[in-house]
Amino acid sequence: MKISKKEVINVVKLARIDIEEGALDKFAGQIGKILEYIDTLNNVDTTGVKPTSHAISLTNALREDELKESINRDDALYNAPEKEDGFFVVPKVIE
Amino acid sequence: MKLHELTIQDAHNLLKKKEISSKELTGAVLDRIEEVDEKTGAYITVVKKEALLDAENADKCISKGEITPLTGIPLSIKDLICTKGVRTTCASKILENFTPPYDATVITKLKKAGAVITGKVNMDEFGMGSSTENSGLKTTCNPWDVTRVPGGSSGGSAASVAADMCLGSLGSDTGGSIRQPASHCGIVGMKPTYGRVSRFGLVAFASSLDQIGPLTKNVSDCALIMNTISGYDPKDSTSVPKDVPDYLSALETGIEGLTIGVPREFDLDEGVHPDVSMAVKNAVKKMEGLGAKCVDISLPHSKYAVAAYYVIATSEASSNLARYDGVKYGLRDKNQNNLIEMFKNTRKAGFGPEVQRRITIGTYALSAGYYDAYYGKASQVRTLIIEDYSKAFEECDVILSPVAPAPAPEIGENAEDPLAMYLADIFTLSANLAGIPGISLPCGFSNEGLPVGLQLTGGHFNEETILKVAYNFEQATDFHKKKPNI
Repeated sequence: MKISKKEVINVVKLARIDIEEGALDKFAGQIGKILEYIDTLNNVDTTGVKPTSHAISLTNALREDELKESINRDDALYNAPEKEDGFFVVPKVIE
Repeated sequence: MKLHELTIQDAHNLLKKKEISSKELTGAVLDRIEEVDEKTGAYITVVKKEALLDAENADKCISKGEITPLTGIPLSIKDLICTKGVRTTCASKILENFTPPYDATVITKLKKAGAVITGKVNMDEFGMGSSTENSGLKTTCNPWDVTRVPGGSSGGSAASVAADMCLGSLGSDTGGSIRQPASHCGIVGMKPTYGRVSRFGLVAFASSLDQIGPLTKNVSDCALIMNTISGYDPKDSTSVPKDVPDYLSALETGIEGLTIGVPREFDLDEGVHPDVSMAVKNAVKKMEGLGAKCVDISLPHSKYAVAAYYVIATSEASSNLARYDGVKYGLRDKNQNNLIEMFKNTRKAGFGPEVQRRITIGTYALSAGYYDAYYGKASQVRTLIIEDYSKAFEECDVILSPVAPAPAPEIGENAEDPLAMYLADIFTLSANLAGIPGISLPCGFSNEGLPVGLQLTGGHFNEETILKVAYNFEQATDFHKKKPNI
């Protein structure tokens, strides 16, 4: 297997996804199969080839720092799952 | 002809002559949605009241003589393009109740042109898939055969156009997500050059690959929508400051003397369904009949495109989708003792299996120790793929190929094998890696009566040429005139 169950557990932890114990084997199997296929890239000689991150490269898109209209606080909070006094509420972080 | 069956251009001419009103046209489209969408499942949200109001406003403008080619024209929008005040779900449980406080730039442009938005249409969750089966909210069927998928990820867009539940649609294309469903549903779909159309307000999947584009009943309508949505937008740092030509007038000339490249690596006799192979071979003959010269070209690295794409797309997705954490918008799982648990439970409950798989692959590919072997390597192969295209376009004006290796698969056919689904993107995703424009248009039918699409790609910002070739082919054939019986 290209990727072990233990490695998958570690990666999903990094990705902040929780996979059910019972579904892990199938999940790891599917991912392993995809990674094996991706390994065909190793057949390509890329010595000295520059990597591309964007097909159309633009230099920095800069603009003047001007004050413009933006969305108001009510709109910004409209979709919040939990809010209070104009803030987003999250579970307690600091003990 | 029934009003909902009209093309954009024909409807525009009737609106302009005041032979019909937008209210009648929009009403006919809304009735059509009510009549057939139970069978196709294209729409996630229909905005009936708002659409009729927009139509009334369009009629007022028309009565004052203010009319653009899209004034009063009912269009559907893929549900990952933000619409102010209208739920935008990305077909994901994690955004099921998300209502954007702003419009995407393309929506602002459509509204300014007087277009009527009928609603938001289904897709693979966040655009991840090629069949719309990965929607977290509902199933969409192919109007030509409801036991089959409409393609994806813009499957709702394609089905809504093919079944006359709108006159045109906006979709997005990250690896073929406009062109492939257009092919499976027998309509026209275009992925513009990267940077041609603003993505401000498009929910991101893979930022170096995503583009917004039209799905329409014919090539002229595609050109009309391109005229409206293209152009530089300071709100999108990847949008390119370059003049936009009139795509409609580009259609008018013939294709005599143009050179069309047929890549030898896309072997039509191996791994391609015989009906697709036949239709594409006939298309080559037709192009020659129209005066184009078809030549053999080579894209030597194309066999590595799927592998490179699935590293790059999943890596970018894992980063883009980190924002869905249950804090500022979207779903928050009730089961939470602390912040980390809230993140994990929210993402477990909110993301479907394909999204979880892709985030996991992307996270793995970007993690310490693997970055060079996966993301680094894929980005180098991407360079080689771009160089292949640059060389090819020295020898030809347009590249011709199938869109998909086979007509629309049956619902559930690839459900247990994600890799099989990935491999079906072989002909489309190179265009995204290279940032070049591509169009899909009808070029035949399988023995079972399913539509087959033809893909034409061109050099960067050369939409005009592929639209012109597509238009000439369309005018010389009847495939686009056939409608599904639904």
